[in-house]
Amino acid sequence: MPVSYYPGCSLEGTAREYGESTLDIARVLGIELKELSDWSCCGASSGHITDDSLALALAARNLGIADTVGLDLVVPCAACYSRLKTAEKRLRSGRAIVGIPDTYQGNYRIMHLSQFLWEDIGEETIRQHVKHPLDGLSPVCYYGCLITRPPDVTGAVDPDNPESIDNIMTALGADVRRWSYKTDCCGASHMLTLPQVAIPMIQKLLDMAEEAGADSIVVGCPMCYTSLDSMQETISQETGHEYDTPIFFITEMMGLAFGEPVDKHLGRHSVDPRPLLSQKGLL
Amino acid sequence: MTAIQTPQEVIPQLSLRRKVEELSGEKITACFQCEKCTNGCPVTFAMDIMPHQVLRLLGLGQIEEVLLSDTIWVCASCEMCATRCPNDISIAHIMDTMRQMSQREGPKASQKNVPIFHAAFLGSIRRFGRVHEAFMSVEFYLRSSGVSGLLQQAGTGLSMFNHGKIKIMPYRLLGNRQVRSIFKRTIKKG
Repeated sequence: MPVSYYPGCSLEGTAREYGESTLDIARVLGIELKELSDWSCCGASSGHITDDSLALALAARNLGIADTVGLDLVVPCAACYSRLKTAEKRLRSGRAIVGIPDTYQGNYRIMHLSQFLWEDIGEETIRQHVKHPLDGLSPVCYYGCLITRPPDVTGAVDPDNPESIDNIMTALGADVRRWSYKTDCCGASHMLTLPQVAIPMIQKLLDMAEEAGADSIVVGCPMCYTSLDSMQETISQETGHEYDTPIFFITEMMGLAFGEPVDKHLGRHSVDPRPLLSQKGLL
Repeated sequence: MTAIQTPQEVIPQLSLRRKVEELSGEKITACFQCEKCTNGCPVTFAMDIMPHQVLRLLGLGQIEEVLLSDTIWVCASCEMCATRCPNDISIAHIMDTMRQMSQREGPKASQKNVPIFHAAFLGSIRRFGRVHEAFMSVEFYLRSSGVSGLLQQAGTGLSMFNHGKIKIMPYRLLGNRQVRSIFKRTIKKG
């Protein structure tokens, strides 16, 4: 199945393991990811905090490229997804964006990767490819802000309780824990600028995951991943409580269950998840 | 958390309220102070004015107080307020509008690191077409806390490098001129 693919900047850097594991599982599932030719940055938060029309135009340049391809556009990063959907909403309402010609059609869907995997690829196909069920693993699934909010942009039916990542993890054989913090903000946007604001937000999520009896957190956003994974040592030092909860991308979990080599991805994590997976007999 | 000192009497500056309404496209007068935005906001613990109070101040045209606040910079753009507002006001977008006004017209941001970060981020897009995280972070630390601030981050940088998370060479965008032209044609001047 061919689809357009917009990886976004962080999948080339801090979330390299998300990009690489996405390519791995796409190959296994027979998804042909056609990376948008010469894509540029979506503008992220910096665009919309600085100028509305700049933010729309930076995102829309990529929609212009996707339009010429005409295939559904799959986006693994929640922040890119949100910016592209915001520009799409503007174009759908008939209002112009700088750089986008009147000939723009927009006959394709923009989907977050987790939504595409669950709704388009589907449970049956995912289950068929499971070679090593994730027995004994008890994660909570975390979506963050922008996969579902605001719902008038994302089209999310239940913005407080998305299920796609939970459903995929269940199909992979994991014992998914329920919790109330799926879409609470992790403060990733303040990691560098206002760490004193970001840290309590991250700490709360780690505490609530532990309270839910989870041994790990599965995410679908490179920003959430970096804030949850990379700050645990700092938080441990500041609080005296030891935090070492492994954070996984959904695609790494799928790769593991499909029997793909995941060691190279897992070695890039700040909190090494390999001891947990070995203890559960999954590595 | 500091409680806001609400003046006993203010003279409403309706032209300033209309200015924010025009820039944001949001109807501030639709707010009936139900406080759902404030109750859902995950960063009120670091705010000096609560989100519903921002709406009240703007309704009265007291924009200076909002522009001087920590609140507009502490807002994490999580979109919870916009999702919960019963009157369809995107408070998150109003926060954007106020940050944009601050950067164009002043006064200086109370949390200076935030606009420095976003300028470094956009600088990277303008230069390369994509964000080069390592260059962007170096520029941010240099501009916000100088060489000593940058050196304090050396350990983090080295650890990222050892985990293979630093892309060495930036991608050279073929459509770089298109991206530069977007910057030229869009950003409103102060």
